[in-house]
Amino acid sequence: MSVNEISSWIVGIIVLIGAILSLVSAVGLVRLPDIYTRSHAATKAATLSVMLVLLGTFLFFAVIEDLVSARILLGIVFVFITAPVGGHLISRAAYHSGVSLWDRSTQDQLHAKKKKHGSS
Amino acid sequence: MINILLNTSAVIISISIFVGLYRVVKGPSMPDRVIALDMIGINLISLVAVVSLILETTAFLEVVLLLGILAFIGTVAFAKFIEKGVVIERKRD
Repeated sequence: MSVNEISSWIVGIIVLIGAILSLVSAVGLVRLPDIYTRSHAATKAATLSVMLVLLGTFLFFAVIEDLVSARILLGIVFVFITAPVGGHLISRAAYHSGVSLWDRSTQDQLHAKKKKHGSS
Repeated sequence: MINILLNTSAVIISISIFVGLYRVVKGPSMPDRVIALDMIGINLISLVAVVSLILETTAFLEVVLLLGILAFIGTVAFAKFIEKGVVIERKRD
């Protein structure tokens, strides 16, 4: 096997693992009971899946086409920074706009803190 | 052989986009839909990357970065609208 063949196998397997992780995140988005667990599934697994797929793309173009693409590296860094921030912001907006937790969840420390301060 | 792997990945990512679309349609609250749209945008990024791998072209790599930025800005704007009711606040004077 030549170097190109081996590296294309590695790229294919990395991309396939990323796609399967994206499917896992989508299943979590449908099956989980409330919005906070859903954002847990959607944010983390989807971020890891898109990072794996972009890493596979970067390796493919770096080894086979001999082109180191700074755009893909920038895309990996940007997704890794912004996707958890987006998940945090939307979960916070959900809590403050009064979306209730799952009825079998037992801990809500933010609720006690909000009641003690008595504002908003 | 690698083409089979890449095509399978594209099909799997498309299936997960459709599953996210189910959550956009059904989601009981507004932030549910925003989270599902965010996940659809992130999956679109990886779908564009896989398509550029299948076609073996580097012409679509700007689209990856652009979709990432647009998905983040859209999510932040929707989160601020849901929490405060406005997206851009006025200056108090």
